[in-house]
Amino acid sequence: MTEYDGYNLRLYVAGQTPKSIAAISNLKKICDQHLPGRYEIEIIDLMKDPALAMRHQIVAIPTLIRQLPEPLKRIIGDLSNTEKVLVGLDIRPN
Amino acid sequence: MAIKARAKPDDLPTVGKSPTGIRGLDEVTQGGLPQGRPTLLCGSAGCGKTLFAMTFLYNGAVEYDEPGVFLAFEEQPEDLIKNVGSLNYDIQKLIAEKKLAIDHVEIERTKIAESGQYDLEGLFIRLGFAIDSIGAKRVVVDTIETLFSGLENELLLRSELRRLFEWLKAKGVTAIITGERGEGSLTRYGLEEYVADCVILLDSRIHDQLSTRRLRVVKYRGSAHGTNEYPFIIDEAGITVMPITSAGLAHEASTERMSSGIPDLDRMLEGKGYYKGSSILVSGMAGSGKSTVAAHFIDASCASGHRCIYFAMEESPHQIVRNMRSIGIDLQKWVDKKLLRFSARRPSLFGLETHLATMYREVTDFDPTAVVIDPMSALLGAGATGDVHSMVLRLVDFLKFRDVTALFTNLGVSSENVTTEMQISSLMDVWLLLYNRESSGEHNRQLYLLKSRGMAHSNQVREFILSSEGIKLREAYVGPEGALTGSARMAQEAKDKAASLVREQQMDRRSRELDRKRREIAAQIEILQAQLATDEAEVELLNREGLAREDQLAADRVVMAVSRQAGAGPDKRAPKSANRSKKWTAK
Repeated sequence: MTEYDGYNLRLYVAGQTPKSIAAISNLKKICDQHLPGRYEIEIIDLMKDPALAMRHQIVAIPTLIRQLPEPLKRIIGDLSNTEKVLVGLDIRPN
Repeated sequence: MAIKARAKPDDLPTVGKSPTGIRGLDEVTQGGLPQGRPTLLCGSAGCGKTLFAMTFLYNGAVEYDEPGVFLAFEEQPEDLIKNVGSLNYDIQKLIAEKKLAIDHVEIERTKIAESGQYDLEGLFIRLGFAIDSIGAKRVVVDTIETLFSGLENELLLRSELRRLFEWLKAKGVTAIITGERGEGSLTRYGLEEYVADCVILLDSRIHDQLSTRRLRVVKYRGSAHGTNEYPFIIDEAGITVMPITSAGLAHEASTERMSSGIPDLDRMLEGKGYYKGSSILVSGMAGSGKSTVAAHFIDASCASGHRCIYFAMEESPHQIVRNMRSIGIDLQKWVDKKLLRFSARRPSLFGLETHLATMYREVTDFDPTAVVIDPMSALLGAGATGDVHSMVLRLVDFLKFRDVTALFTNLGVSSENVTTEMQISSLMDVWLLLYNRESSGEHNRQLYLLKSRGMAHSNQVREFILSSEGIKLREAYVGPEGALTGSARMAQEAKDKAASLVREQQMDRRSRELDRKRREIAAQIEILQAQLATDEAEVELLNREGLAREDQLAADRVVMAVSRQAGAGPDKRAPKSANRSKKWTAK
């Protein structure tokens, strides 16, 4: 095992909207199921730090960005479609 | 009462306007874009949407103290800055001064997966942040339709766009939303459904391989606006919209006069020259001296301190200056004094409308008193005949409206073909006809003042002579053989001179003859008078002698009487008398 071969994920939300809340819980569920112990989730609320929206090229809310492993991947939506999230994050179901 | 009720109160709410600072556009829209509302700017690729939008922001930041945000979906900020650098917009400086912000939104479908519901709140946050960070009053969204190709859920996108435009309105920013022209609709994705306050359409059309850009205000809620298509140009001086199609016929007519620069021609025009603000057409064949007439006019106008523009369509400024020097006109000195500006462009460089817009810009820029368009006929190559007519009409109206005296030269097809002058002659106030008549092996120039509105002008054909001191007009010889010019005129004049010499000599001879006769008769009279005098003297002498004799006779009679009565009375003289009478008796 190298230094860190897990998943570093960032989820951008804007306040406590139903979509944001759904995205957070959907993401946790998927990660727990498919990447147990191999992930880190960082939730960024753009309402609190709006400058990041521009810096990180966020258009849609919620947006999930896979920082690691490279390359960068983006998924938008409340992540209710697990299949698409897995494809988008390039995770092969065990 | 009814009329009073219809009078418009001053405090009636009207749509506020946000000036674009784009020359001409603010006139067309009567003040600018609707303030605090989004405007849709649509047009096909490459017709200048982005430049228009950027100019709106730039002018807002520089001239109206309204900072702006540029939300770019298509171009990278660096590219944008470079692209408008050609218009001399220093965007980087404005960004540093926090008067302008550029945010580039990158959306690529292949890099984004979608899973479930989302909205575009991220975009709102970004835009809101950018607006708040510089206190923006103006926003450009260029081109939001990119989102349609970047995101799958079109339905959601549409509702989000609607929300965006409402949000922009609520923010109170004046926005330009650009949109790509679609088939059968103004924009490809029907943005006009959402942005309905003001729609401006840009268009770039090709005619005979020449492209002309046009602008049209399709709608403008709550404001009157020009509804026509207006040509516009984009060049190093920015964007210029030519706001006139026809200025109408309400211009003031000046009574001021301007010299034509040719004293002889001025004399034909009541001795004062053209009316200020009039349109003058100088038509003639190649080499008939049209440009020279124009140069005289320019020279005279500049000499009286007026600014002039010379629109040269066929010659370079340098060439014109050189050529006019040969007839003693130095145009360079006026260029140096910044009284004369040359604007030289090949007619085929761009379309008619573009020419018109260019002229419009130059004229509004330089504010000349007189312009020359030499030759106008060259523009024929840049458009269909009808277009040329309408363009000239607009140009004439525009110049008249500004009280600019305009001299158009026109290359006639044949020397006396006066019907086909692109039907423009009726637009002209003065029409000078120059022709080249061939006679006795030479071409001679002639000038004829075909019309001159509003003044008693000479109707004579003059001979037009180009000399090193400029143009001279000579009265053409008019005789039984028609008007003669050149050496024919000179020959005729010589002939006339000889004939008159002969006549003079004859008269001289006759009067000498008479003189002589008079002298002869006078001499005869003298002789006769002398004879008469002699006769008179003779007669007098004889008369006197006769008298004397009679006296003597009387005396003798006395003596005789005395002697006969001797002693009748003593008389001292008696003896003498006696002696004499004795003697006489003795005889």
